[in-house]
Amino acid sequence: MEFSYTVAVLIIPIVMFLFLGIVGVKLSKKTAGVLGTCAMGVTTLIAYAAALTYFFGTEQGQIVDGVRQQLEVMNITWLEFTENLVIKLGILLDPISAMMLIVITTVSLMVHIYSLGYMDGEKGFQRYYAFLSLFTFSMLGLVVATNIFQMYIFWELVGVSSYLLIGFYYTLPAAVSASKKAFIVTRFADLGFLLGILILSFYTDTFDFVTLTSNPGAAIASAGGATFMGCSVMAWALTLIFMGGAGKSAMFPLHIWLPDAMEGPTPVSALIHAATMVVAGVYLVARLFPVYCLEEGTMTIITVIGCVTALYAAAVACVQSDIKRVLAFSTISQIAFMITSLGVARPELHEGVGYMASMFHLFTHAMFKALLFLCAGAIIHAVHSNEMSKMGGLRKYMPICNIAFLIGCLAISGIWPFAGFFSKDEILVAAYANSPVWGIWLSVVAGMTAFYMFRLYYKIFWWNNPDYGHHTPHEAPMTMTFPLIFLSLVSIVAGFIPFGDLVTWNREGLTTHINWGVAGTSTVIAVGAIILATLLYRKENAVPEKMADSCRGLWTAAYKRFYMDELYQFITHKIIFACISRPIAWFDRRIIDGTFDMLANVTNSASYAVRKLQGGSIQGYVWVYLAGAALLAAIAIICII
Amino acid sequence: MESVGNIVMYFIIAIAIIVFSVLTVTSRKILRSATYLLFVLFATAGIYFQIGYEFLGAVQIAVYAGGIMVLFVFSILLTSRPGNSAERLTAHKKWLGLTAAIAGVGVCGYSLLSYGELMARNMSVNLNVDIQRIGEALLSTDKWGYLLPFEAISILLLACIIGGVVIARKR
Amino acid sequence: MEITMMMYLIPSLIMFGCGVYGFITRKNMIAILISLELMLNSVDINFTVFNRFLFPGQMEGMFFTLFAIGIAAAETALAIAIVINVFRAVNKVDIRELTKMKF
Repeated sequence: MEFSYTVAVLIIPIVMFLFLGIVGVKLSKKTAGVLGTCAMGVTTLIAYAAALTYFFGTEQGQIVDGVRQQLEVMNITWLEFTENLVIKLGILLDPISAMMLIVITTVSLMVHIYSLGYMDGEKGFQRYYAFLSLFTFSMLGLVVATNIFQMYIFWELVGVSSYLLIGFYYTLPAAVSASKKAFIVTRFADLGFLLGILILSFYTDTFDFVTLTSNPGAAIASAGGATFMGCSVMAWALTLIFMGGAGKSAMFPLHIWLPDAMEGPTPVSALIHAATMVVAGVYLVARLFPVYCLEEGTMTIITVIGCVTALYAAAVACVQSDIKRVLAFSTISQIAFMITSLGVARPELHEGVGYMASMFHLFTHAMFKALLFLCAGAIIHAVHSNEMSKMGGLRKYMPICNIAFLIGCLAISGIWPFAGFFSKDEILVAAYANSPVWGIWLSVVAGMTAFYMFRLYYKIFWWNNPDYGHHTPHEAPMTMTFPLIFLSLVSIVAGFIPFGDLVTWNREGLTTHINWGVAGTSTVIAVGAIILATLLYRKENAVPEKMADSCRGLWTAAYKRFYMDELYQFITHKIIFACISRPIAWFDRRIIDGTFDMLANVTNSASYAVRKLQGGSIQGYVWVYLAGAALLAAIAIICII
Repeated sequence: MESVGNIVMYFIIAIAIIVFSVLTVTSRKILRSATYLLFVLFATAGIYFQIGYEFLGAVQIAVYAGGIMVLFVFSILLTSRPGNSAERLTAHKKWLGLTAAIAGVGVCGYSLLSYGELMARNMSVNLNVDIQRIGEALLSTDKWGYLLPFEAISILLLACIIGGVVIARKR
Repeated sequence: MEITMMMYLIPSLIMFGCGVYGFITRKNMIAILISLELMLNSVDINFTVFNRFLFPGQMEGMFFTLFAIGIAAAETALAIAIVINVFRAVNKVDIRELTKMKF
């Protein structure tokens, strides 16, 4: 195949991970960082070459009769269960995986460059770069997976990388517990994913994406109408698979790990928890979209969860005070947009525009959210705090950061001509096409998005002029500002990419046109929200505090994230731990372990009892020997008599 | 019917063996132990003489009383200061030794008694163990000859000499 | 009165018992060797006495005793060499205290 060089995008990062992981500590920090960044740069070039050739080249059979083909660049058999049930490892190039290659390598490269400045002087710098390489490898392996099992393997690998990077500052208890929380919650969700995979493959006899999606009707029919608890098993399988996706993508109610994951280094948040890993759930649903859209019930579940999450996260984001938390909830909200977009997408509605909108938003969101996170990192780097109350008036000290952050906010709010406008517009079109309820709902959330983003912006860069003392904030170094500028440019122009031609559910071209009715409404809402935020937060004043006071209960509830963490705490500790785990632990410790402890103790004490016999005293041995001989002789005599 | 002299001699030897054996193992002064052992060995030689093995008795006196005892006395003088006596035995240790000894003696004594008729046998008068016969038997390779064991013990003794020199030599 | 076989075996048995007692109770290594000699000696007596009373025409028991005396001499010489060497190394002959090479 002509695309066989694509395998290098997997090999280079894993080799880099092993190299930096094993000999990294022998290298100087600078060498390790530059080496990792250069390797990432090469990976990026290869990925771009592969993706651009795939999209715009014609000579290798990418397009047949106007349909973009799914090219299996490589497919090695790894495990063979039955003739049909074979686990393979390979590389699948199709519109969404090619797009994801671009997203991942771009953001990863920017984060690599940015980290050279941001992580400068940190302990474990080499380890950090090794983990970044591991994550990049895992994420690329996930998106190019040819079958659902390979995806699952890399799915877990990104989970591990995320765990390692969240817990990078492993001396901080908060970071350690955040990493554990992220790992456990996503693992719990992955249990559903694995069950779903098993059910799906049991009935369809295949893991292969191409086989599954090229004839989704047969896949659904393979279950033969089998039902479980009143629902068809295929609906169960797909819902369980979506549960895995919801865990990774931090959908309500499995979102609780993402805000805590902000304990990791900020570039990591930008890469993993904003741009790439958290959209894996969206990617998963998109991957199996032809199968999903035949199960109406599952699609409804996806839509409802997406909408609830979007509103919930937006509401929480409006009141948070930690800038990374605001961005984290904003991420959750935006991913919920993508999920909802997939949920409302139907092939018959506007030629399945929801699917394309979701992928488009994934692309643009990755860019502007990475930009926002990297800006936040620069701000934190300058102010040495995550809290908004410690910031204010930073526009004078950090002009580049100010402009970049403003571009990011405008993009996420959906203002023409920034990237978010186009993708969000398509999502709203898809939502209105499905049902006005979803459309209005998402429009409201889009307005809230604009409001909380500008609240954040004004709180950081305007609001008041606190006395920074001798520690005046200053603009970040070149290594950090370059990614900001680059991503700002991408955020401005990404909206003009003709996504409809490139990424659609049936891989045929799609003519998009801006629906000015929807776009105009949402722009008006966004501008209104921005004006509201400007009035409230541009200059320091008491109005926001009064508003908070007027509905103090709601405000506190939102600030406490509507007590979701407390609810989890209650369920896990009070119900599961106390009523189930503790009796089981008691049984295990007392009955099962106790049996073996008893055996061990008996052996132990028996050994202690006979230990003296082996005292090494010849006289003792002679005594025993003589006594034994006398005893035997006595027995012999008695028997003879 | 034995001569009275023989009987008196026997009782002296038997009593000497019993008394000195007990004293050997109970005396707390090691040099005295060795001396009592010497008496026991002499009494043993007496038994050999009395039952007519003069050569054996002579060997017993020459090797045991003359050779081994000298070694014992030398080593005792080398390793312990004169006048030192061993500490008293603990009751536990004494009990252990006594049980073992009495159990052994009891079992053996019982089996001796159970062979009553055999044990009551007298010595036959005719005995022909003159030195010439012993010498011929020792160097003979015939049916009742002992040349091989004789040579074997020679080598053993040589090895023992070398071993003793190697072990005890100053490094 | 006749001197029977039993009358020779009884002192020998008692001598053996004393040897056992001494071997088990004594702490001085030389005293243990002495006890050992007692036991050997009593066995020698047994050999001779059985030879004399049961097979007066033969000399097997006597020769066995002869060789046993020779071997006992060799054994004692070697054992005393070891004892002296140990004494030179650790300045002790008490077996309870010779635990350096134990375990």
